[in-house]
Amino acid sequence: MALPLDYPTLRVIWWALMGVLLIGFALTDGFDLGVASLLPFVARNDGERRMAINTISATWEGNQVWFILGGGAIFAAWPLVYAVSFSGFYLAMFAVLAALILRPVAFKYRSKRPSPVWRESWDWALFVGGFAPALVFGVAVGNVLQGLPFSFDSDLRAAYHGSFLGLFTPFTLVCGLLSVAMLVTHGAAWLTMKAERGAVRDRARLIGTAAALAAMALFAVGYVFVAFGGLGFKLEGLIAPSGPSNPLRALAVAAPGGWLTNFHTYPWMWTAPALGFAGAALALIGIRSGWEFPAFAGSSLSAIGIISTVGLSMFPFILPSRLDPGSSLTVWNASSSQSTLFTMLLAVVVFLPLILIYTSWAYKVMFGRSSVAALATDPDLY
Amino acid sequence: MDVVELSRLQFALTAMYHFLFVPLTLGLSFLLVIMESVYVMTGRPIWRTITRFWGTIFGINFVLGVATGLTMEFEFGTNWSYYSQYVGDVFGAPLALEGLMAFFLEATFVGLMFFGWQKLSKQAHLGVTFMVALGSNLSALWILIANGWMQAPVGAAFNPNTLRMEITDFKAVIFNPVAQAKFVHTVSAGYVTASVFVLGVSALMLLWGKWPRVAKRSFTVAAAFGLASALSVVVLGDESGYTLTDNQRMKLAGIEAMWHTEPAPAGLTLFGIPDLATHTTRFAVKIPYVLGLISTRSLDKPVAGIIPLVAEARDRIASGQIAYGAVERLKVAPGDLTARAAFALHGRDLGYGLLLKRYVADPRTASSAMIDRASWDTVPNVPVLFWAFRAMAGIGFLQIAVFGAAFIMATMRRFDAKWLLWAAVAMIPLPWIAVEAGWAISELGRQPWSVDGVLPTFLAASSLSVAQVWTTIVGFTLLYTALAVVEIGLIVRVIQRGPYAKHEEARPRPVIGSIALAPAE
Repeated sequence: MALPLDYPTLRVIWWALMGVLLIGFALTDGFDLGVASLLPFVARNDGERRMAINTISATWEGNQVWFILGGGAIFAAWPLVYAVSFSGFYLAMFAVLAALILRPVAFKYRSKRPSPVWRESWDWALFVGGFAPALVFGVAVGNVLQGLPFSFDSDLRAAYHGSFLGLFTPFTLVCGLLSVAMLVTHGAAWLTMKAERGAVRDRARLIGTAAALAAMALFAVGYVFVAFGGLGFKLEGLIAPSGPSNPLRALAVAAPGGWLTNFHTYPWMWTAPALGFAGAALALIGIRSGWEFPAFAGSSLSAIGIISTVGLSMFPFILPSRLDPGSSLTVWNASSSQSTLFTMLLAVVVFLPLILIYTSWAYKVMFGRSSVAALATDPDLY
Repeated sequence: MDVVELSRLQFALTAMYHFLFVPLTLGLSFLLVIMESVYVMTGRPIWRTITRFWGTIFGINFVLGVATGLTMEFEFGTNWSYYSQYVGDVFGAPLALEGLMAFFLEATFVGLMFFGWQKLSKQAHLGVTFMVALGSNLSALWILIANGWMQAPVGAAFNPNTLRMEITDFKAVIFNPVAQAKFVHTVSAGYVTASVFVLGVSALMLLWGKWPRVAKRSFTVAAAFGLASALSVVVLGDESGYTLTDNQRMKLAGIEAMWHTEPAPAGLTLFGIPDLATHTTRFAVKIPYVLGLISTRSLDKPVAGIIPLVAEARDRIASGQIAYGAVERLKVAPGDLTARAAFALHGRDLGYGLLLKRYVADPRTASSAMIDRASWDTVPNVPVLFWAFRAMAGIGFLQIAVFGAAFIMATMRRFDAKWLLWAAVAMIPLPWIAVEAGWAISELGRQPWSVDGVLPTFLAASSLSVAQVWTTIVGFTLLYTALAVVEIGLIVRVIQRGPYAKHEEARPRPVIGSIALAPAE
């Protein structure tokens, strides 16, 4: 069957869609993770904590679906990436899942009993459920940039030769902390916008200011590692963008500094890191001056810029292997078949706009600031 | 235990735990739609109270369904990475569609369902509740299309260039008759589960003599919805039996412990003791004609037994060895025309060739004894299938009886029949036993395959260490046990406090941020 889009185009579209889903996750569930990480520090008593939680209570569940859809979409469009990354990050993935399982339960169950011990425990569960995924996601991205220690046998069975503790290196920790700083900034901007004026909002603005500064500093440190830390890979020989998805035929080698090549070849790509810094600066100014919509727009733009920077710097690599660069997964050798990519693209074109429409409606219904006073009159609040 | 067995154990634990919450979500969401519709149509506040009471329980249950579903979405990648790479081109698509069509719908609207009571009009809120029900049922549709493909892998073929299965016919995957039969059977089972739960809890309230206005109405709704669902779950289960004959004759033979082909008209074994050593079923009590009617819709077709099916498997293994050889040649020489021709002829049996990998690294060199063992490996665990099926079907018929009695009593406004109320309470755990038994039949009946005839389970796991998998099994067990204790405790508490707890708290009260002044929701 002749499809209207050729294989390389579909592969690039799905590479971009993977970025769209990651960004969708960071922009929506990102502030939920940020608010949860901030919770014990910005809200000091039960009323304040309930107020802070209720800024996200009605929408976090929909936001979390970006993460689940991300998993499903990678499975459908990049089955090799799904297979290698999640089995490779086995224990880290368990930690993320355990934290993310605690989170919904904590939201829902915390308010069901008045006991202070009960509520305090769930508050810490919420903190872990926000902070741990934020950190691990960043550490995972750092590991991908370093290259993962995996290889394939001739049946395309992946073997992973790393350990859980091996995931933590100075560079990956910088990435992990950058991810935390980015999402805490986003969460603080959200609280600036959605929490009533008062102590909680003021504390969130204070921490948010520090987080935005930290995000800029860590992003810069990350650049230093990428430029001078010996990171990077490149493809060699004849590249076949419409070849079969079979990484046994990849021709990749380690190339220190290679993650900057794309930026030198295509200077317009520098807009991505520029957006990362400019967005964080806007968030910083907005949060400091209580200028709330620009603050939230700034933290959003910063997340878009930072995530795009990572994706663009690695293109066409998705999961490079430092153990056996020839096994590296790229846009050209790790996708689904052309017909699956095309059919799934049709589904995305139909359903993603619908999702955006009803999600916007949900946010519109829940528009307005959360307040401590409302807790007394609305029995539905957490 | 090795990594494969441990991974199976973990998948069984997490999936069966996940499915404790799912059926209640599937059914309770539609019961909420019914109750809220009555409220919107009649405008009587009692129906709002009823909707919100069961809605609170729905929420507690829903959240664990979602949380444990997270594990499922990623477990294929973490523990079954070879499976994921081998069939992801086909299997990933329904999972992604589930996210796009179903998860976003239910998760976005569930927030509004709980927090929108004061922000939405009555009609809009009912619409929101309906979207939650639709979303959760659509999610069941897509995951069962995915699971249906594992049972009957239609519309896909192995591609020797990429060494994996790829979609050849997307429509066939979506309109797979096995998936459709599974979907209607599974969602009906969910409706039964929720109806049994609501019926039982309402009966408990009536026995306590508390909140009779709420309890009687809930009892009536559950009896009517439950009777219809209990009938359809059995009828649609029969449809599953019919589709089984085309696609998984071995599973049907295992369920029936039917060693030899049953000549037409095939009789159904009601009871018996399967004997694995002698390949016989002792003390068999048979009902004539019934199996033929269920599985072939006729009285003149035989139903294949285990021993002849093993002989068929033996032939397919021999053919699969040739297919395996062709793939090995194509790996080194993709243009080899004789290998391509051999693959075109024998490719559909490649999976059977892979069964030999349990005994020998290169299936081409397998001995005749190995081929014998591999062909007997295609027989699933007969006693487990036999008994699980009888437990499931027995519960199914019992539920019809109790719902029938409850429906008659509710129609006659007789809510004082103690025996029936106690029966309704006692029945609460049964649907969960039935649905878990149903999944055991479905998944154990597919063994030794992860995808029937395509990929043996023992090849599908990730390259992990035993210690890693033990770590997560222990971790999940601890986490899930703690959550189950909390969940059951909360549901019991909500039931004990009754349907009016929220209304009492809605009165304004002073909140100055301290816990003592801000009692629970």
